[in-house]
This record gives sequence, C-alpha cells and structure tokens, in this order.
Amino acid sequence: MTDIIIHCALTLLFPPLLLGIIGKTKAAFAGRVGAPFLQPYYDLIKLVRKGSVFSETTTWVFRAGPVVTLSATLVAALLIPLGRHAAPVSFNGDLILFAYLFGLARFFTTIAALDTGSSFEGMGAAREVTFSCLAEPTLFIALITLARTSGSLSLSTILTHTTPAGWLATGASMLLLIGALFIILLAENCRIPFDDPTTHLELTMIHEVMVLDHSGPAFGMILYGAALKLFVLGALFANVAIPLATGNALVDWVIFVVTMAALAVAIGVVESVMARLRLVRIPQLLVGSTILAAFSMLLVLR
Amino acid sequence: MTATLKSIRNGSALPLADIPVAEADAFLRQILDATDHGWRVVAYFGIPGATVTTLYCVLATSAESRLGAIRTAVVGNRFPSLAELSPQLQLFEREIGEQCGIVFDDHPWFKPVRFHRSFVPERDAWGRPADAPIRVGVMDYFQVAGDEVHEVAVGPVHAGIIEPGHFRFQCHGEEVFHLEISLGYQHRGIEASLMGGPDPRTLFRMETAAGDTTIGHGQAYCMIREALGGSTVPPRAEALRGIALELERLANHTGDLGAIAGDVGYLPTASFCGRIRGDFLNMTAAICGSRFGRGLVTPGGTIFDLTHGLRDDLLARLAQARIDLAGAVELLWNAPSVMARLENTGTVSCDTAQEIGLVGPAARASGIKRDVRHDFPFGIYRMTHLPVATALNGDVAARSMVRWLEAQKSLDFIEEQLRQLPGGSHRSTVAPPQPDALVVALTEGWRGMICHVAVTDPHGHFARYKIVDPSFHNWQGLAMALRGQQISDFPLCNKSFNLSYCGFDL
Repeated sequence: MTDIIIHCALTLLFPPLLLGIIGKTKAAFAGRVGAPFLQPYYDLIKLVRKGSVFSETTTWVFRAGPVVTLSATLVAALLIPLGRHAAPVSFNGDLILFAYLFGLARFFTTIAALDTGSSFEGMGAAREVTFSCLAEPTLFIALITLARTSGSLSLSTILTHTTPAGWLATGASMLLLIGALFIILLAENCRIPFDDPTTHLELTMIHEVMVLDHSGPAFGMILYGAALKLFVLGALFANVAIPLATGNALVDWVIFVVTMAALAVAIGVVESVMARLRLVRIPQLLVGSTILAAFSMLLVLR
Repeated sequence: MTATLKSIRNGSALPLADIPVAEADAFLRQILDATDHGWRVVAYFGIPGATVTTLYCVLATSAESRLGAIRTAVVGNRFPSLAELSPQLQLFEREIGEQCGIVFDDHPWFKPVRFHRSFVPERDAWGRPADAPIRVGVMDYFQVAGDEVHEVAVGPVHAGIIEPGHFRFQCHGEEVFHLEISLGYQHRGIEASLMGGPDPRTLFRMETAAGDTTIGHGQAYCMIREALGGSTVPPRAEALRGIALELERLANHTGDLGAIAGDVGYLPTASFCGRIRGDFLNMTAAICGSRFGRGLVTPGGTIFDLTHGLRDDLLARLAQARIDLAGAVELLWNAPSVMARLENTGTVSCDTAQEIGLVGPAARASGIKRDVRHDFPFGIYRMTHLPVATALNGDVAARSMVRWLEAQKSLDFIEEQLRQLPGGSHRSTVAPPQPDALVVALTEGWRGMICHVAVTDPHGHFARYKIVDPSFHNWQGLAMALRGQQISDFPLCNKSFNLSYCGFDL
C-alpha cells in the first residue's frame, strides 16, 4: 500500500523536476547559471492560471487533444514499475496496452494539430507520425526481448526481472538493448538530436510545432504530459539499464529517484555536446536503433 | 568598355555635367556589356522630374578595381527591362518602378518592392488608385501547381523577436522548390526624407538605416559629405573609424556564429558567442558611449577621441576576447554533429552568386573575391592592406568559416591600428556641399558592400540620396540557397546570411 502511494505521488509530482535538471545541466555546460530547478513547476502554475484562446476553425477535437493525451500518459504511468516496485496495475499482456496508450496520445496530439488547419502544424504532424512509425518497432522488439528473458508478458515482471546477475549472463544483448532504448527515449521525448525542445523556429520543429496553437491550462497539460512521458519512458529505461536492488523498499525508492535524476543529467549532457540531426537523417538513426534491438533479440533467442 | 561610362573614384565628388547622358539604347547596351564582363551593378536609381526621369547606373568591377557611372533620360513612364538578361537588375528595376512610377516592359517579376506610393504623386507603375491604401505583402506570388505541392507561408510576424518579413515556400513534402521573399514592413521612407538635405537629422537617419550597421552606413554618409564639402579627414579619425567598423564586424560575426550554433541546437558555442559579442559591443561603448556606435562618426572625423589609458584597456580586452572567441568557435569545427548540419546546406554556387550580384561574406563564401576594403579602399584601408577571406563551397559551413576568418583578420587589424594610432586632431570642419555634383561612397559593412550615392541640386541640396544596403543584393541569394533544400533547414540558411530587414526596407 505504501508503495502504491509513493508510486502515485512520485508519478504526479516528480516529472517536471526532470526538465528542471536537464535545463540546469545544459546551463552548466553553457557557462550560465540557468533557471531554478523548480522552474517547470512555476511555468505550469502560471499556465494553469491563464485563460485560453481557441481558434474559430478548431472543433472539439482540438480541445480534446491535450486531455486525452495527458490521460493516456497517466494510465501508462500506472502500468510501469518504478525501480524494484511492481506497478499498481499489472496483468498479462499489459505491455501492449502500454505501447498503444502512447499511440493513442500521439493520435490525439496529431489530429488536434491537423484540426487547426495550419500548414506548420500539418508539417509537424506528418513528421511526428513518420518518425513514430519507425520508433515503434524498436520498442516492441525491446519488450519482446525482455519478455523472453523474463518469461512473462506483464511489464511489472519483465522490468523488475533484470538483475546484475542477469546482466552478467546476457551482457551483450543488454548493452544493445539499452542503446536502442536510449535512442527511443530521446526520440519519443523530442530531445536533441531528434528535436530541439527549446527552439522557437517552427519550420524545424517536430513535436513543438504541433502544440503551437494551444494556450493556457491546455498548454500546461501538454507540458506536464511531456514531462510525464519522459518520466515513464525514463523509468522503463532505468529499470533495464540499472537493475540495482537492496531489498529494502525505502532504500530502493531512493535509488530509483537518484537513477532518474542521473538519467536527466545524462540527457542534458547529450543535448549539450551535440547538435540536432538534419531531419532527413532522423529515420536512419531510428532504423539503426531497430537493428540494435533486433540483434539484441537474436542473441536472446539463439 | 565604350566611352559612355564615366570613371569615378570611391568617395570623390564629380560635377554632374561630366557624366554623359546616353541614349536609352546605348545606356542599356552599356549596362549589359559591363555585366557580361563581370561588372556588378552597385546602384541603379531614378530622379523623377515633371516629365523626364533621369536614371543613374553605377557599375563596379572588383577585378580591375574600377567604378563607373552612366545616366539616361526617360520621357514618359515606360522603359525596357534587362532583368531577364542580367538577373542582378531585377530588384533595382522594380525599385525604380515603385519609386518613379516607371513600368519596365518585359520584366518577368514586375511587383512592388516595399509597397509605398511613388515619389511622383500621380504616377504609379501598377495603376493603383491614389485613395486606396497599399497593403504590404499583398501581391501575386509565384506558385507551383500540382496535387503534391503545398505552400507554406511564414511571417510577417516572426516567432522570435526579430524584424518582420514574409516568406512563401513552394514545397514538395519537406523539399523546397522555390522561396519567394516579400519585405517592406519596415519601410520608413528614409530616401524620400533625405531629399533636400543635408540637415542635422541626416546623420541620425543614416545611423539607423540598418541599426546593426551604424558605423558602416555612418562612414558612407561621412564620405559623401566630406567629398561634397571638399575636406580632408585627419589620419587619427580615419584610424578610429576603421577600428569602430571592425569592432562592428567582430560583434556581428561573433553573434552570427553563435546564432548558427544555436539553430542547430549546439549550446556551448551559442552561449559563449552571445557573451563575447557583448564584449565587443562594450568595447565600442567604451569609445563612444553607445554599444552600437551611435554618435561616433561625424562628417569631418569622429566626435570622440581615444585616450592613452583607454587604448591600453582596449588592447587588454581584445587579447582576452580573442582567446575566448577562438575557444568558442573551435568547438564548432570540432563537433562532427555540427559540421554534418552545416556542410552542403544552403549552397549558392559561384556562378549563381556572380549572376545575382551577391556581396559580403555570402559572396566570398561562394569563392568570389569581392571586398570593398580591398577593391575600392577608403579611409584607413588606403594605408593598410587587409587580406580577403574566401571559401569555396558556398554552403552554410563556408559562410560560417568566412566569418571566422574575417573576425581573426579584424582582430589583427584593430590591434595594429591601436598600437600605431596617429596623433593629431580627430576632427576637421566640413564646408557646405558643392552644387550639381555626384558622389559614390562605398564601404564594406559587416554584411558586405554598402553603397551611398548623392546627387546635389544647383543649391547644394540633395536632389537624390540613394542607399543600397548589402541586404538589397543578398536576399535573392537566400532564396536561391533554399532551392532543393529541406524546409527544416531554412532557419539555418537564413541565419547564415543574417540579412537586414530595415536596411532593405529603408
């Protein structure tokens, strides 16, 4: 019961801090002080207090977009185990639901973007859908690999199954797997080298351009949803990459939080030391991640 | 060259009577002949009269360092266009059409440039009624037909806080077939307000023609006044102006390199260059109190002098800025992910650059050796030699590299000038302008060639004052750079040119 409460509390409160940590890391690399760690929370509070503007050309789809997206991500957050602790909801085959909850979220984000009729948002939607088609196989192949090693079809078992001993046994496969998962983590969360979340240049954007017309609380939901997605996919990555467990529930929670903070720092470092990819190169990297995951699966199946 | 082209020198006055008035045919043939032989049109403008419009054309060739002027008289409101034969003329002809109400026959793109009324109230090249408002940006845009082609319109309101401009892309998926740029939102009527001058406001108008090129335009105007007033500038003032001009170049090139890094999402260089740009601006402020060099140059010299202490201070600051800048920029060349973005993006071939008459770093990046400081030396550049930095590929990487090479040369130049600053006065008096004369003043601003042409009337007032900002030539270069590129690379290409909207709109 305590674990479920901690799970929910962390899921609801922790995600924006990840963005704060990324921002601070990037600022450190650039020789700046940077915004405070809590800045994303201030931004959310500010947006919630604002009014909204809706274009006359939009329909209910545009208003439903942020709500459905956030809800789907929240449900997905209930399916993912955090650290060594099983998720509040788990059943056989929940990994399919997990993957397609993000699919639903994406569907509503893109259709809300198309609803505005703006050429920018149409462009962004086309890019987002193209790239996610290429990212999806990687996620599935990675989940299949993990399902095979753990012999289960439930996320809670799959992701808490990896142990340091298991790592030693299937090291090569795991290394390929976390490589692929890290690429997917960056791509799905629109981080550099795939997308630049801080840019103001509509023509280069992928995800950001789709949400240009949203304002006020709806935009707050989108920002919060994005942080939550980073948190959920980050937890998936962290569970596989750093399978540390002490057995003490509380210590394990602390390890999980520290791991997530370290992951945010790692993302900040990647964003600081490399430039964005040219848009035509993105599919190549995504296909590369699929190949990594496929090799990882071959090693497990052999 | 035929005899009709009158040879002139950069920054010296010429009696108007010395410039031959050619027949229309000879005038056009002369221009074509010159552009076919590698000359550039640096200015082409009209002085509207009641019935007769006089067209002036100033041509230059870098190869032989020669300048020439020619004029013709147009009766009525029609004149043949040369735009199809010599593309660099197309914008000039549209400008004359808009300002003087002359229709250029057979011009392929005869559209307004800045969307204002002509200097002659009742004459409009497009027959627009005098009582209806002229809406900026409302015109027939070039369109590509086809089911799979889509149009993307950007602006005039920009997502960042910069100047307004409208861009129309004809795209096939992510690929750009064609880009058309429509400006005019910043039009302030500077040229119209300069007629009848000079007056005390004139210098301030020049300094703000393009706000980031204060010294470049200020220097050009001062050269005009000094030529017309027949005064010589003290050597100390020439050196100070050169230092200020190169500081302006350094600040802007540094800012551009940072902005290019920022556009590809490469943070370290973006942040460092942003700060170092401020260092250079502050050095200008140390000299004259304004970070953008406002109020430094004045006809006859400079308003501010440099003390001994300040000179040593500037030398120390420069040495530090050089180290910082080298560190920040080297990061850029050493990051493969950055070079992958910059190389082969937004390429302008040497031939295209030559044909549309590019100037400044954009031209030099395409392999054209063209630099006013070298070709038509003015001020301090007559005394000292500044090598011309060029690159070959004409892509974003080349434009970035040229900026970096020029920044290094500017640093050397400023240090050298500070160490051997001539003594004496920094200001002389300037007599009122001589009547019935023409002066062409060329300077190399950080964006490229700045051309000012003044024609005085019998009373010594400006009958016409023409400003040609480098952006006037180079916007077309940006449009050409985008052909066949990814639309997502537009911001990067745009930044690599970093052209002025207000300098174009005047």
